[in-house]
Order: sequence, then structure tokens, then C-alpha cells
Amino acid sequence: MSTATLTKPHQGFDVRKFLANNGALVGLLVLALALFIITPDFLTGPNLLNIGIQVSTVAILAFGMTFVIVAGGIDLSVGSVAALSAMVSGYMFVSSGLPGGLALLVGLLTGLVVGTVNGVASAYGKLHSFIATLAMLSIARGLTLVISDGRPIKTAPEVSFLGGNVGPVPTPIIVLVIAAAVASFILNRTVIGRSMYAVGGNAEAARLSGLPVKQITVTVFALAGLFAALAGLLLAGRLDSAQPQAAAGYELDAIAAVVIGGASLAGGLGRISGTIVGALVLVVIRNGLNLLNVTSFWQQVVIGVVIALAVGMDVLRRKTRSS
Amino acid sequence: MTDRSSDSNAAEHPGEPLVTLKNISKSFGPVKVIKDVTVNVYPGQVQVLLGENGAGKSTLIKIMAGVYQPDSGQILINNEPVTLANTRAAEAHGIATIHQELNLVGSMSVAENIMLGRTPKKFGMVDRRELRRQAKDALDRIGLRVDVDTPVGELGIAQQQLVEIAKALSINARVLILDEPTAALTKHETENLFRVVEELRAERVGMLFISHHLEEIAEIGDSVCVLRDGEFIAEVPGSTHEDELVRLMVGRSIDDQFPRRIVEPETPQKVLEVEGLGSKDRFSNISFDVKAGEILGIAGLVGAGRTEVIRAIAGVDRHDAGSVTVRGKRLPKGDVGAAIAAGIGHVPEDRKVQGLVLDATVNENLGYATLKSSSRLGLADFAGQRQKAEEIAKKLRIRMHNIDQPIRSLSGGNQQKAVFGRWIMAASSVLLLDEPTRGVDVGAKVEIYELMNQITAAGGAIVMVSSELPEVLGMSDRILVMRDGEVAGVLSAADATQDAVMTLAALDMDEDQ
Repeated sequence: MSTATLTKPHQGFDVRKFLANNGALVGLLVLALALFIITPDFLTGPNLLNIGIQVSTVAILAFGMTFVIVAGGIDLSVGSVAALSAMVSGYMFVSSGLPGGLALLVGLLTGLVVGTVNGVASAYGKLHSFIATLAMLSIARGLTLVISDGRPIKTAPEVSFLGGNVGPVPTPIIVLVIAAAVASFILNRTVIGRSMYAVGGNAEAARLSGLPVKQITVTVFALAGLFAALAGLLLAGRLDSAQPQAAAGYELDAIAAVVIGGASLAGGLGRISGTIVGALVLVVIRNGLNLLNVTSFWQQVVIGVVIALAVGMDVLRRKTRSS
Repeated sequence: MTDRSSDSNAAEHPGEPLVTLKNISKSFGPVKVIKDVTVNVYPGQVQVLLGENGAGKSTLIKIMAGVYQPDSGQILINNEPVTLANTRAAEAHGIATIHQELNLVGSMSVAENIMLGRTPKKFGMVDRRELRRQAKDALDRIGLRVDVDTPVGELGIAQQQLVEIAKALSINARVLILDEPTAALTKHETENLFRVVEELRAERVGMLFISHHLEEIAEIGDSVCVLRDGEFIAEVPGSTHEDELVRLMVGRSIDDQFPRRIVEPETPQKVLEVEGLGSKDRFSNISFDVKAGEILGIAGLVGAGRTEVIRAIAGVDRHDAGSVTVRGKRLPKGDVGAAIAAGIGHVPEDRKVQGLVLDATVNENLGYATLKSSSRLGLADFAGQRQKAEEIAKKLRIRMHNIDQPIRSLSGGNQQKAVFGRWIMAASSVLLLDEPTRGVDVGAKVEIYELMNQITAAGGAIVMVSSELPEVLGMSDRILVMRDGEVAGVLSAADATQDAVMTLAALDMDEDQ
């Protein structure tokens, strides 16, 4: 299995190549180092755990988004789907008296179903995924408000457990690690994962090679829905309640994380490791700016500039490499 | 000029050159792609640039077009040294390039495209009347009769190309670089283009012409500059014999351009049977069969429905009448997966758009058709796929640094071999080839023909659609000619001649010649 790395004609470790190919990671390390020097609050246990908890939601949403973007689509509905899944789970627990464990599963299932609807609309309904999921962004958020009547609903203890701790480690971080491993495994090792790259790279060539492009598209969106539901449940678990406005706007963070991580919106490129780095970049910047008492208004400006810089540099790098 | 080849065959040129690339060298990193090459473009003459893929033709024309800067050497325009810092500078000197990928906006009208960036204005608004008039003048210059209000996207590729030429001339281009302009044209459209070239010749426009079609050179070229591995090999008159051109180009003579070896199997078994195949408005009542070891060529004009038939057999498009049977098993309609499982492999018309995932590696591109069938429990068999891919890349002599290189960086011929390789990896026994050697240089062509021989020798069957008649005649055992979506006739290779095929293909068509 590891022959892939062994047969490459590497002669020692090429530092320059590594830096060029991992710009976001280098940026993250520089950022962390700078914060470490500027403020003593950065490199403390509680702050790092806090970063870990915040990254978990963004990154898990972004894993689902990575599948979609690798396959050449976009999913604008993940924030709403996260909220809806948590809300349905809470509602089933509180109003229907469903056992907590089942309520958790129903939450995940909600994301899977909504994601499948996105996929079917995009693959068979011939809607561009931007439009299909833009519609779903509104529909899912609306349903969340309808179910909750605009009020938070208490979550099942099993869901709250996701927001708690296992020993000294916050559960979201453990969930993040597992989700990353699963997502990476799907993308790198499974037939469906490898097919995503082909579909995103050239859907027509993939179809002519016998890959079931429509089924792959549906699966990709279903997975994005499932990961969104997981993120939504984590978020609800931390607050012990499903909030009607939870995760609003998170789809943009997820897209930003994937793109900073080196994926191309044209499809066919992207890695889970990159997405984690992308999510960390976003969260660490916010965290650092908070520690430095920068207002949240300015934070938005900074985040925007970082996204533009990160992606701009990546485009530039690809251009110089390909010519 | 003392630095020119002293070849006694060198072509005669009238007057002073419009543009001279003098002793040009260019490297990309450690790779020297152009080594001390000199090319002249004279007014009213067609200078052909000939060479295999990778010989340095495209780098050279990019230097002339201002895209690249030479490392050494001079660019002379009217014998004055100039620097072409970018494409704008080249255009300002009257050098225009007609690329293979046309630079037109499909949704805008012919007139708007021709005048793009120079739209005539009146009181700050577009002066439509003047726009149309200037555009019409430009079209008249090359004798193209189309409505200037038609959206360019509605024109065929040949007419779009002429629109682009009209556009170039309307910005006073005196030198036209034509980069494989005939690659996507039919015979008839090519003749049309050549008529325009003749008119430009009369207007004393200088042209630099790139083509892989050797027979076009005698027809259109005044002088041929042959490049090989970035070096200037010779400059010979356009009338030079094709065999000699090939010899100069590849550095050895290719004795047999079409090395078809027919194998007669002991029991000729029908592998592919097509019965009464029809698809609304595209083709109807197509019936034929192909035996093991046989190559069936499908000839016809562009638009005769050849590609559509191939796509229906491969399951890419649904047909609405008739049946496709592979080794006695009837295929479901419009199901690529089932066709592949039955042993069909499809090498599509346009490898970049339909055949390859360009950003993916050679390894991955070879393995798509077998990704699923080689998997276990949904997990891809990386080691096994990779090993097979490496064997096949070696067997097909796909030239690359390593198998993890993006396939985009390979030459056209090697990319095409990879599309073939995918089906060899899938052990397909019926290959459907749509223009298998389009945009492939002479050396790789022969390799692809040899590959076809190997496939049929091993009991495979091949259906080949090709617009190159010599190829159809040279490589097929039988030739099916299509006309207007129907079978016009079937010829055995022994009886077939270019005339016989063209008569069948174009009968009752209005060929104004």
C-alpha cells in the first residue's frame, strides 16, 4: 500500500518543495509562532483546548464540504442542515419521548436524508448544486424554525455527552479525530472516494470510463449532510440545547477552510489534511485576535483578507508550476 | 544570410522577410526546448513549421506571438530588432495568432466579436450601424458570408475560425500564425480555409502554418521549416515529397505508415453485432457485425452520424431502436457500465474533454475503468491497480517521468496511448475508436497502429471512426461508409479506394467542385 511514497524519485527531503506544497500549513505555523511570541495567553492548555473545540465544528462541516468540492460541486446548506438535524433530534427526544441514543441517530439520519435530497436535485434534477443547496439553505433553516417555533429545545443526554469531556479531553476533539480519520479513509481508500476526484476533475471522462457519476454525486451530498448533522449535534451538545439559529453562516467557514486547505472550486483537488489546516487557520486567527482584544468587526475584515491571500497564493503557485 | 542552412534545396523567397526569428534559443528550467533556430516569414508566403509533438513548434510560435521571451537570439520585424514583451506588443507589430482553441465569445454576435475591444461608439453608446459595417468589411475581405448578427456560438468550428481570421485582419495583422487550423475541420472546410489563405497570399499577408497533415503541406506551403528536438533540421520547398518530410521530421524513414497485419482466426466468430440501431434525428437502421481479429473502419463526412453510432454502442447515449450484442449478450440501452462489463472499451473523439481527467495522474487515468471491478468491499485495490498500470505504461511505451505525474504534462500521443491503456487494463475485447490518432504525431501514430494490430492479433475486435481517409483505407479490413445517418455501403479493404469511399460518403450531397 505504501509503495506510492516509496517509488517516487525522492532524493532526501526537498524542503522548498514541501514549503511550496504546504503554504497553508506554513502560514499556520508562522501564525502560531507569532501569537506565542506576542501573547502569553496563546500557548496555554485551556486556550488550546478551546481552539480544539472550536475547530471541531468547522472542520467536521468542512470534511463534508471537501467531498462536495472535490467532486466539483458546492454545498451552501451545511449550516442549516446542521441546525435542522440537531433540532429534529431534540424534538424527537423532548416531544416524542424517543430514547436519547435513538434521538442522536435520528439527528444523523436527518442530515443524511437532506443531503441525499440535495444530491438527487443536483444529479437527476439537473440543478446546479449552487442553486439546489441555496434553496436547501433556506428550506432547512425554515423547517428548523417551524419545528422549534423559534425557541431552543433541550437535547438528549447522549447528544450532550458529545459536548462534554472524556477525562481531561473535550469530546468534540475526540469526535473530530475520528471524523477526520473516517473522511480521509473514504476519500483516499474507497472506490467512491477515488471516483469523487475523477468526477470533479472531468465528469464526462468519468462517465465514459464507466463510473456511475450520478450515484457518486448523490453519495457525496449525502455524506456532506451526514457530516453537517454530526457538527450540528456537537454544537447542540455543547449548549445542551438545539438552537434555531445555530451554525448560521457556517457554510462560508466550511468553504473557506476547504479552499485554504488547497482544494480547487473547479473540482478534482483537495485533501482532508488540508481542510484541517484550513479550519485551524480560521479558528487560530479568530482566537488570536480575541486574545489581542481586536473587535469582532475587524476580525471579519482580517479573515476575509486571509482567505483572499491564501487562495490567491495557491492559484499563483499552480500557475507557475504548470507553465 | 550566412547563418541559414546551406541546403541546396532551400526554398526561394521573394523580397525581405516580414518577421525573422534569428538564432533563437529558449529553455524552461534545465530543459532546452529551442536551440539556435532561425525562421523567416515572407510577405505573401506560407511558411510551414513541421515537427513532431515536443519538437518545439508551439514554443517557437509563442515566442513570435510575444507569450515567451527568448533566452538568446533576435526577433526582427522588417529587419529591425524588436522586443515582444507580451501579446499586445506582437499585435501592435501586426502579428496575430489563430489558436486551436478559438478566442471568441460564443454568446456575442459575429460583429461584436470582430470588433471586441474596438467597439465603435456614438454619444457614448454602441454605434450598431458602424459596428455591422466594419464587421462586414472584415468578412468580405476573406469572402465569408454569414449574418454579422448571428451569435458566434451558433456557427460551426470552421466558420468560427474564419471569423477569428477576419478579426485578426481587421486589426491590420500582416503576419498570421495558424496553429493547426485544420485539425478540427472536414476536408471541405479545409479547402475553404485554403481558399482564404490564397486570398491572403494575394494581399501579401505572411503566414506561419502548423499542421500534422503532411498532404496539406504540398497544397498550401511555400516553404517548410523542419524542427526536431528543438533544433533546426532543414528548410525545404513545400513541394517536397511526404516521405522525405517524414524522414526529416523523425530522423528516420517510416517505411510503412499503416502497418496493418491481418490475422485470420481459425473460426471467425462474431464478437459485436449491431442490429437496426436507430436514434431519433441522428441515425437510423444501422446494422453491422465485427468478427474477432477484425478492424471495421467507419468513414463518412462530419455530421454523418459516425460518432453518434459509436456513442450509442458504448452506452454513452441512449438509442431508441435496434440492439447491440456483444458475444451473444444483448446490452441494455445507455448503460456505460454494462457495456464495459461486456468487454467494450471506448476511446472517445476528444481525449482532453471526454477521455482524461487532466489534473489526475497517469496511474489514476489508466485505472478508472477497473477501479470498481478490482475493488473489495468498496475499497480500492491501490497496489494491484498500480502494478497493472505500470505494466501497461511500459508495454505501450507511454513516455513520462513517472506514473504519478499529472497526465496533463504528457504529449498528445502519450495521452492518447493512456486512454487506450485504460481499456487494455480492463481487458476489453471490443474497442470503439473515435478518431484515434487526431492531434497525434507521426511516430506515436505508428505506435497506435501497432497497438491495434496487437489487439486484433489477440482476438480483439475494433471499430474505428476516422476522418483521415488514408488511415481508414490503410488500417481497416472492411469499411462501412455512412451518409446522413445511414449506412451508405460496406467495402472490403481490397476494393476500397479514396474515390470509392468519397463517392459513397458524399453521393447526392451538394459538393460544389
